[in-house]
Amino acid sequence: MISDNRKYIEKRKRRSEKIAFGIFRAMSLLVVGILFLILGFIVVKGISVISWDFITKMPEDGMTKGGIYPAIIGTFCLIGGSILFSFPIGVLSGIYINEYATNGKMVRFIRLMTNNLAGIPSIVFGLFGMSLFVNTLGFGDSIIAGSLTLGLMTLPVVIRTTEEALKSVDNSFRHGSYALGASKLQTIRRVTLPIAYPNIITGLILSIGRVSGETAPILFTVAAYFLPKLPHSIFDQVMALPYHLYVLATSGTNIEESRPMAYGTALVLIMIVLILNLLANALRRYFSKKVKMN
Amino acid sequence: MKTKPFHKKLFEKIIEGILALSGSITSLAVLLIVIFLFKEGLGLFNRSPISEGFVLAVNKDNPISKIDAKLVKQIFDQEITNWETVGGKKDSIILFHLDDINSIYTEAQIGENLENLPNCISNVVDSIGGIVAFVPKSYIKSDFKGKVIEPVNITPKEFLLGKEWYPTAEPSAQMGVLPILLGTLWVSLGAILLSLPLGLAVAIYMAEIANARVRNTFKPIIELLAGIPSVIYGFFGLVVIVPFIQSIFNLPVGETALAGSIILAIMALPTIITIAEDSLRTTPRSMKEASLALGASRWQTIYRIVIPYSISGITAAAILGIGRAIGETMAVLMVTGNAAVIPSSFLEPVRTIPATIAAELGESPKDGLHYQALFILGSILFIMTLIINLTVEYISSRNKLGKR
Amino acid sequence: MAKIETIDANLFYGDFHALKNISMKMEENSVTALIGPSGCGKSTYLRLFNRMNDLIDNTKINGHILVDGEDIYRKKINIDELRIKVGMVFQKPNPFPKSIFENVAYGLRVNGEKNKSFIIDKVYESLRQAALWDEVSDKLYKSAFELSGGQQQRLCIARALAISPSIILMDEPASALDPLSTAKIEELIHELKKQYTIVIVTHNMQQASRVSDYTAFFYLGELIEYGQTVEIFTKPKLKHTENYITGRFG
Repeated sequence: MISDNRKYIEKRKRRSEKIAFGIFRAMSLLVVGILFLILGFIVVKGISVISWDFITKMPEDGMTKGGIYPAIIGTFCLIGGSILFSFPIGVLSGIYINEYATNGKMVRFIRLMTNNLAGIPSIVFGLFGMSLFVNTLGFGDSIIAGSLTLGLMTLPVVIRTTEEALKSVDNSFRHGSYALGASKLQTIRRVTLPIAYPNIITGLILSIGRVSGETAPILFTVAAYFLPKLPHSIFDQVMALPYHLYVLATSGTNIEESRPMAYGTALVLIMIVLILNLLANALRRYFSKKVKMN
Repeated sequence: MKTKPFHKKLFEKIIEGILALSGSITSLAVLLIVIFLFKEGLGLFNRSPISEGFVLAVNKDNPISKIDAKLVKQIFDQEITNWETVGGKKDSIILFHLDDINSIYTEAQIGENLENLPNCISNVVDSIGGIVAFVPKSYIKSDFKGKVIEPVNITPKEFLLGKEWYPTAEPSAQMGVLPILLGTLWVSLGAILLSLPLGLAVAIYMAEIANARVRNTFKPIIELLAGIPSVIYGFFGLVVIVPFIQSIFNLPVGETALAGSIILAIMALPTIITIAEDSLRTTPRSMKEASLALGASRWQTIYRIVIPYSISGITAAAILGIGRAIGETMAVLMVTGNAAVIPSSFLEPVRTIPATIAAELGESPKDGLHYQALFILGSILFIMTLIINLTVEYISSRNKLGKR
Repeated sequence: MAKIETIDANLFYGDFHALKNISMKMEENSVTALIGPSGCGKSTYLRLFNRMNDLIDNTKINGHILVDGEDIYRKKINIDELRIKVGMVFQKPNPFPKSIFENVAYGLRVNGEKNKSFIIDKVYESLRQAALWDEVSDKLYKSAFELSGGQQQRLCIARALAISPSIILMDEPASALDPLSTAKIEELIHELKKQYTIVIVTHNMQQASRVSDYTAFFYLGELIEYGQTVEIFTKPKLKHTENYITGRFG
C-alpha cells in the first residue's frame, strides 16, 4: 500500500476522470450542435424561399424579388474555370513531388512553399489576382481573372491531396511493376495512379467545395454587384453566389426586404457545399469497400 | 529484350520536365505574390500625403517650410489655431479653401474662364500673414507670391504607428494603421481564447476517449464545418450572433469585436481540432500503456503524458488557428462593425486588415495613395501569415528530430 | 496458494480466438518464462494479468484469472489498484517525456502520493534496486531520453518498482537491447526474484533458460507444455516443444 487513504484517492481519481471526460464530451457535442444550429437555421429560414423560379430567374426590383440564376451560373463558371487550371497542374505537381523529386532538400523546399501558399489569406489572393490578372495582364474583371485567382488558391489543396494519395500507395506495387521492366512513367500511369485515384478524386471534390464558397478572392477580380445577364465569354464579369449573399446581407438597396433572398442564397450555397461533401464521403466509402472486396 | 527506342526515352524526359515545372509552381506563385504586392504598394512611402494635384501654400514670411500629415489634419480640423504650436510665429492660423475665393473676389475679378484665379490666390496668400491655403497645384504659377510648403512624406514608421486611418481625408490623408493592426490581433486573440479550449477538448475526445464509431461520425462533421463558406458564417453571425450580443449586453450596436471573435472561433475550430488530434495520436501506444500499467487513470494519462508529449503539435494547432483568424475576411467584415479605432474592449466595433482591404479597395483609384496603402496592408498581412507558417514548420521539423 | 492462477482462460479479438483454455499456476517469488513463436498468444496472455487487453476494442475474455486468489475480472475489481500490484515492463524502453526523477516518481504521483520525502526515498530506492543509481545519480533532473537504450529500460523497471508491486510482468524486455545491456537486465531479474514474482515473455531460448524457474510453451493460442525450466529444456515431454526449443521452427 503506498498511501494510507487508498479508497479516498481512488474515488477522487475516478471522480476527476468522470468530470473531465464529461466536459470533453459536452464540448464535443457543443461543436456538433453549433454546426447543426448554423445548418438548421439556414435551412429553416431559406427553404420557403427556394422555388424553381428562385433558381432560374434573374433578380428583380433591386434584388428583393426574382431569383439568383446569374449568380448560380457565375459560380459554376468559376468552379469550372478554376479546376481547369488547378487540377492538371496540381496533380502533376503532386506526382512530381512524390514520385520524381529525389533531392530531399528540394522536396522540403517545395513542400514549404506549398504550405506557405496554403496559409496565405484569401484576401491577399484577391489583391494579387487584381494586380496580376486584372491590371497587369489586362484581363479586367473577368471570369478568367477570377478563375485563375481561385485556381491558384486551391492549388495547394490539390497538390497535397495528390501527394497524400500517392504516398498511401504501397511501394511493393511500384517495385513489382519495375521488376516487370516497366519504366517509371509506365508504372505511374498504369499502377500508381489507378490505385491512388479514388483518394485524389475525393480530395478534388472537397476542393471544389472550397472554390464555390470563396468570396474575398473574387471581390476585385470578377464578381459583379448586379448583372442580370449571363456571360458570353471568359472576359465577362459574372455574379457569384457568395458575393451575392454578401451584397444581399450588407449592402443591397433594401436590406430588410432582400433578407428572404439572402436566406435563399445562403441555402443554395450550403446545399452545393453539402452535396459535394456527401459525394466525397460516399465515394470514399464506396472505394474503401471496393478495396476490401478485392 | 530490346532496349527502349530513342523517341520513347525522349518522351519520358519531356514528361519529367513538365512534371518538374508543375512542381515548382507553388514556389513561383509565392514569389509572384510577393513581387506584385510590393510592386503595387511600395510607392506609398516617400509620397506626399496631400491629396493628389493639390498643394498647401502659406505667406512668404511664414518660417514653416515642412509640416507632417497629422498636423495638417489638426490645423484643418481647427484643433491647432496658432502657428506657434507647430513651431512658427505667434500668429493665428487662417484656413483658406478654394471656395473661399468667392467671398473675397467677384466673379468678374476672377474672370470668366478663371484666368485671373492664380493671381487672386497669389494676392490672398500674400496679404494674409497667418494664411494656409489648400489649392490645386495648377493655380500656382511661377510668379506666385506665397510659399508652397512641403508636407513630410509618408514613412513606414508613421504608417505602422499612426493612430488615425482616414485614407481619403483632405487636405492630407491620414495613413496610420495601428488601430487596424491592433484590431486584427485583438479579434484573433479573442477567437483563439474561445476556440483553443473547445478545439482541444474535441481533439482529446476524438483521439483518446471516443470509440471508433463516434470518431467516424465526428470526422465528416468537422470536415463539413471546415467546408462551410466564410460568407455563410458571416451571414449567420450578422443575423443571429450580432443581435444576440446587442440585446444581451444592451449595446447600441451588436457589431463588435466579440461577434467577430465568436465567428472566427467557430471557423478556426476545424483547423485546431484536426491538427491537435493528429498530434495527440502520435503519442506512442506503449507510453500510454506504461502510464496505465502504473495505475494511472485514463484522464491522468491524458494530461500527464499525452498532452505534454504532443504539446508542440498543440502549439502548432493554436498558431495555425490564429493564422486562420488573422486572415479571415468576409465573416469579420460582416460582423465587427469596422470602426478603425484602437480596441479597448470586446464590446466595441473593430476593424481588421482583411476587412479594410475588402471594404475599401473597390473605392480606391488605382495607384492612388489609398490603393497603395491597402496593398501595403496586404503585404503586412502576408508577412504575418508567412511568419506564422514558418513558425509552425519550424516547430514540426524540430519535433520530428526530437522524437525518434 | 499460487500467486497467479488462470483457469480455462479464453480471449477473443472479435472473431479471432487468441487464447484457448489456458490453465496455469505461478508461484510466488519465481520467474516464469513464456515462450513460443510470434503470434502464439504469449504476450496476450501476459497482458491478462494487469488487464492491459481491456484497452483494445472488441476484446472478450472468459474463464478465471486469479491474482492472490482474487478474480481480477469480476465486476467490482479496482483496475488501478490491480495495476499497482502488478507492474509491467514493455518490449521497447518507453520512458515518459519527463526527467529521470519524474519518470520514477510518476506512479507515486498518479496514485495520490503527496509526501515529498517519501517520494524522494522511494525514487532513490527504486533506482538502486534497478541497478541504475550509480549511472544517473548526478543527472536525476535531466530528460530520460538522454539515457542509452539499456539505461532507459532499467529506468522503466525502476519506474515499475517504485509503486511497490508484488508481481512484475516483462514483455520481451531485452529484445531491443544490445547483448551487454541484456546481460544487465538478466542479472537484475535474478536479484528481483527475491522480492517479486516475475513473468517474462521472451523470444530468446537462452534467455528463458538462463533467467527462469518455470517455462511455458505457447503455440497458436494454446499452452502446449509447462514445467520447470530445467525439464522443459533438457527433456521436454512433447516432440513439438523440443522442435521449437532446438530451433527447428519458430
